[in-house]
Amino acid sequence: MSAVVHPLHRFIRPSVTGTTNCPGCGNGIAAQAILRAMDELSLTMDDFVFVSGIGCSAWIPSPSFNADVLHTTHGRPIAFALGIKMGLPEKKVMVVSGDGDLTAIGGNHLIHNARRNVDMIVICLNNGIYGMTGGQAAPTTPMGLKTTTTPYGTFENPFDISRLVIAAGASFVARWTTHQARPLTSSIKKAMQRKGFSFIEVITQCPVQFGKKTGSGSAVQMMRDYKENSISAKDAEKLSAKELQGKFVVGELVNKDLPEMVEEIQKMKQRASGAKK
Amino acid sequence: MTFPRVRPGKYFMMGNLACADGAIAAGCEFAAGYPITPATEIANRLAERLPQVGGVFLQMEDEISSIAAIVGASWTGKKVLTATSGPGISLMLENIGFALGVETPCVIINVQRGAPTTGMPTAGVPGDMVQVKRGSHGDYEIIALCPASPQEMFDHTVLAFNLAEKFRTPVFILSDAFIGHMREEVIIPEVEKIEIVNRKLPEPGADPQKIRGFLDENVAPMPIFGRGFKAHVTSSCHDEYGKRNLADVAALDHFVRSLCNKILRHKDEIVLVEKQDEGAEVVLVSYGAVSRAAAMAAVRAKEEGLSVGTLRLITAWPFPNEEIEKMAKSARKVIVLENNLGQLFPYIKAAADCQAEVSFLPPRVIGEIHDPETILEKIREVLS
Repeated sequence: MSAVVHPLHRFIRPSVTGTTNCPGCGNGIAAQAILRAMDELSLTMDDFVFVSGIGCSAWIPSPSFNADVLHTTHGRPIAFALGIKMGLPEKKVMVVSGDGDLTAIGGNHLIHNARRNVDMIVICLNNGIYGMTGGQAAPTTPMGLKTTTTPYGTFENPFDISRLVIAAGASFVARWTTHQARPLTSSIKKAMQRKGFSFIEVITQCPVQFGKKTGSGSAVQMMRDYKENSISAKDAEKLSAKELQGKFVVGELVNKDLPEMVEEIQKMKQRASGAKK
Repeated sequence: MTFPRVRPGKYFMMGNLACADGAIAAGCEFAAGYPITPATEIANRLAERLPQVGGVFLQMEDEISSIAAIVGASWTGKKVLTATSGPGISLMLENIGFALGVETPCVIINVQRGAPTTGMPTAGVPGDMVQVKRGSHGDYEIIALCPASPQEMFDHTVLAFNLAEKFRTPVFILSDAFIGHMREEVIIPEVEKIEIVNRKLPEPGADPQKIRGFLDENVAPMPIFGRGFKAHVTSSCHDEYGKRNLADVAALDHFVRSLCNKILRHKDEIVLVEKQDEGAEVVLVSYGAVSRAAAMAAVRAKEEGLSVGTLRLITAWPFPNEEIEKMAKSARKVIVLENNLGQLFPYIKAAADCQAEVSFLPPRVIGEIHDPETILEKIREVLS
């Protein structure tokens, strides 16, 4: 009997025999979108260095991807990734982490590297909750939701992460839910082929923590919600803020050319060393 | 135009600038930092000189990202540095633990300043002597050097890079505002006279599955990125191959102990002291800026016919307890001088006790260097 091997299995570290994801988790969809993008562009793991922080989604590259992987402290993967990009400008540096890691504890590094437009890809899995530590409110948790640290309901306005990163100056920003796996893959491919800070927000289901808090607890139901309530950025422009409540605005939100930092550093070095252009 | 890494000659130079020049001489290619008094001159100099020799200095959004960026760059095979003062170290401590845990060569300059919190940024107070050893969480060992002159800001920075490369670990320079801002003669040697150590790497083309890149007490080869080693680098508890293990406390024990032993079992290759204590009845133990006052006091005491020697700690960590114990066996009285309220004193006392009578002389005013006359009075007091 010959074993059936997944076509993307060649990207998985041989010592990895299982997953830490809960049943129904969206991590697998995001991981597959990344690997399919690599596959469709005929890229190899040696073209990349992956960096992740702390949280469930950080475990997508660490340890699963058979590549150079730096699994860092909470909130800091983008700052570590910047140093890696400085040392290996020819490699594609990709950060995979969660909304808590990248926008709460790590918010400063997110906005400053978006501003620098440094060439890296940041995949932010936004499940609206702290999953690994057991369902605490995140900066992305909707107002009023009861979580383990807000037992009477949250009382804070949530972040719109993509809008934050756009405002900070990123040159490529896309947002999809796990229901739109194909457009998500397509945006990741675009990010892999361009220079600059490319940020992709993936709205993803955490049925075990977020789902239970909203009374769902079902991955299928959460993804059905994504399907029914996703709206393209173009269509969203016609709607009022009130009409947009409960909607997921998806699509490529920004794609523009801006000075990229690694290239600007090269120019600066030429000025410093007196070399002719 | 060509810019050499080493500019040999005799200079009248500020300690912080000598530190930056030492870093470049040692092969530093990437530095990141955040402006802070009294360390800023190091960043300024690196920002000017690194791009001339193909490197780069990045001014980051804070000290947390500064240490993160240099650790990331070190994993690409670069020699890296950050320079800051106490408040910056406080912010860096978590990622310093990360650097230790995944065995990353890097050099961290702490030009120490006065008092806890914002304090007095221009006062030279070595107030972070134990912070670097105990500030990050968990058990760990660190290497820290204490320069006492602008010349040593150059020499120790080169040494710090070499120790970092050899032992795959963060190495601190524990300077202070006195030494950092002091201007004195600095001799920069010819390039071939400067010893350079480079980290050990796995064999090119090594099977990634078989690379034991971590947790060797004799220092594992570093599976740096971009060479096809497919390194899994996690600060979670891991094994020799970098594989995460969060279930087995035996793996945790191995993780912690092998990192500590990597430093402790090689103390004889790391620890440096400077001693002039042969046959002395009283020995003055100090380090950094205060050691200059101690040396002066010892000279004057000898002129008075008193039997006084000195022991200067060049290495603060790993702690030179064997050297102190040996000194205390022949001395009758030990006076510990620090320009703080006694940070290394308990460690020195623990090593010297039972052998000699140990006392501590704090500064008359915190932020001033000890007056050699005050030290002389203390010597007369302990001898009376």
